[in-house]
Amino acid sequence: MSQTVQLFVTCLVDWLRPEIGIATVRLLEKVGVTVRFPEAQTCCGQPAFNVGRWEEARAMAEHWVRTFDPELPVVVPSGSCAAMVRHGYHVLLEGHPLHARWEALAAQTYELSQYLVDVLRIQDLGVRREGTVTYHPSCHLLRMLGVREAPERLIRATGAAYHPLPEAETCCGFGGLFSVHFEEVSGAMLDRKIQAIRSTGAEVVLGCDWSCLMHIGGGLHRQGLPVRAMHLAEWLAEGLL
Amino acid sequence: MSIPSPAFRSRIREGLENATLQEALQRAVPSFLVSRSKAFEDLPDAEAVRDRARAIRAHTIAHLDRYLEQFAREVERRGGKVFWAATAREACDYIVNLARSRGVAMVAKSKSMVSEEIGLNHAMEAAGIRVVETDLGEFIIQLAGERPSHIITPAIHKRREDISKLFQKHLGMPPTDEIPEMTAAARRALRQVFLDARMGISGVNFGIAETGTLVLVTNEGNGRMVTTLPPIHVALMGIERVVPTWEDAEILLRVLARSATGQALTAYTSFLTGPRRREEPDGPEELHVVLVDNGRSRWLGTPLEEALYCIRCGACLNACPVYRAIGGHAYGSVYPGPIGSIVTPMLGDGNGAELAYASSLCGACQEICPVRIPIPDLLVRWRQMRAGSLLPVWERIGLQLYAHAARHPSLWARAGRWAMGLLRRLGREGWLRRGVGPLRAWTAVRDFPVPQRPAFRDWWTSRRGGGE
Repeated sequence: MSQTVQLFVTCLVDWLRPEIGIATVRLLEKVGVTVRFPEAQTCCGQPAFNVGRWEEARAMAEHWVRTFDPELPVVVPSGSCAAMVRHGYHVLLEGHPLHARWEALAAQTYELSQYLVDVLRIQDLGVRREGTVTYHPSCHLLRMLGVREAPERLIRATGAAYHPLPEAETCCGFGGLFSVHFEEVSGAMLDRKIQAIRSTGAEVVLGCDWSCLMHIGGGLHRQGLPVRAMHLAEWLAEGLL
Repeated sequence: MSIPSPAFRSRIREGLENATLQEALQRAVPSFLVSRSKAFEDLPDAEAVRDRARAIRAHTIAHLDRYLEQFAREVERRGGKVFWAATAREACDYIVNLARSRGVAMVAKSKSMVSEEIGLNHAMEAAGIRVVETDLGEFIIQLAGERPSHIITPAIHKRREDISKLFQKHLGMPPTDEIPEMTAAARRALRQVFLDARMGISGVNFGIAETGTLVLVTNEGNGRMVTTLPPIHVALMGIERVVPTWEDAEILLRVLARSATGQALTAYTSFLTGPRRREEPDGPEELHVVLVDNGRSRWLGTPLEEALYCIRCGACLNACPVYRAIGGHAYGSVYPGPIGSIVTPMLGDGNGAELAYASSLCGACQEICPVRIPIPDLLVRWRQMRAGSLLPVWERIGLQLYAHAARHPSLWARAGRWAMGLLRRLGREGWLRRGVGPLRAWTAVRDFPVPQRPAFRDWWTSRRGGGE
């Protein structure tokens, strides 16, 4: 396979969990994809967009669209940031001189599991893992990108025991700045998610968005529970044969 | 300003700490969702029906003036009166004056969210006219002196025991927790009201333009009593509830009850066309349709217009994890939940814009909405319109600095390395347990994972330099 992709690592992964970015590069290279990393990349602007500061969000959208090459696919280890590019920019860049360039980029911007399973048609990455895991589908991945099965297929192919999460499609309560504006509501939603995770008996809860996982993992840690929240890419890369 | 305001925060806390409410929400709401899914599974081509329902709403709202005029003409042609109320006040004044001029002492009322919206009961009672709610849920809420906490099931926050106590106190019912005995007690009390009331007030689910017909869906039959027994029937209708034809109404009815209660149809679906005709044995002598604008028309042709597609089924409340956590009263609005957070500041004096922030934007509301209103997008629109006044100053400045750095990659890299270095030093074994500044609210309910290694961009650079 002679695909070349650009990695949009996302600001959260770049700074707070670089392991996910490194794992993403390893997985992509494992399946023969050449990875480029446009170094001028920063943040997609979603925090500003969602909170209503569109002027700032638009400036970040412009920067993003200029930074990436419209000739090559963009792979993102986050459903939410990929959805921002595909959906949020549509609103922000309406009638904008960069609109055509954005359209070319948005059409080939993929979340990582989506790219592997739906675009490359690969499920078995040559990863073997043991243990019991569950999976939380983050809302934007699920509802804005429509990615339902790809992550589960990648998990099942590893040989690990996969225990589906009850009420999986209920939000974990992260919601960007919602998590700090309405921390008590966010915490109440998190408690329910944690109850569901515990009911599966899994040692690891997987996901495709570090934002939600940081929130879930932070709740598990606060409650002293022996369950880890891990990004799917990192978990898969640890099991590369 | 802060988000949420202190008043909103305290209402949220009341909701979170109210054990009765929490129990009720966790028991009742999931069962609505299950019945709703089953009801849609049984509907052939459900997704296509939803698309048609959406298209009907979009077409109607795009030509609202035309269909409203047609509707009003047809109501009047059949002997009804139409009053156009620009504001809540005008609507209340009209109904109060009508009641006074006809010497009405008591009004029997079936469920109407618009009446809650305009504060009708208060206005009537201030004028010395007794109003009795006859929908069982609303009746309970009225006895308790509260407000509905759900637009379909107003007393969802009440347990059976609470209701039994209320009925014992107000209706003299002997102690029981048997539901049939409790409903029988309510029925006995209400029967006399239906017979004595000289005016009945109802809401309207849809107004069919081609014949001026009012469509009412209820499960208790009280709607039929209210609209046929008293000599005067007043129907309160939001101006957006008009539909062009009977065929359109039929499509909307297919999705309304399924979304609201998981029923294919409610127990009673009434079609009322005009007051009693000469040859008819029953029905009201007078029919007054009060068309309530109260701010709705301001939003036609704006990015928020799609909120007017809402058919008030309440499904988005049930699907919303925030509603399920805090309950309806926390919103402090007649219309709670996701659609309520959009609609509330559109109506009346425009208060309540902060509600738009009370959402994690998970999208469960849009997914369940029978007419596919893009609720998260509209919530973000409200935020965009009001962020300038609602967001705390330090957040606005923070976002400006952040956006500035995001457009200057070398500044971004320097600032990021500095901030992450700071975070690493503050953390213990990879976690921050008590944050300050922007992280204080985060660590109020969960720990914060601090970075364990230098940034990805630094790994990439060192790797390219032959590091790995």
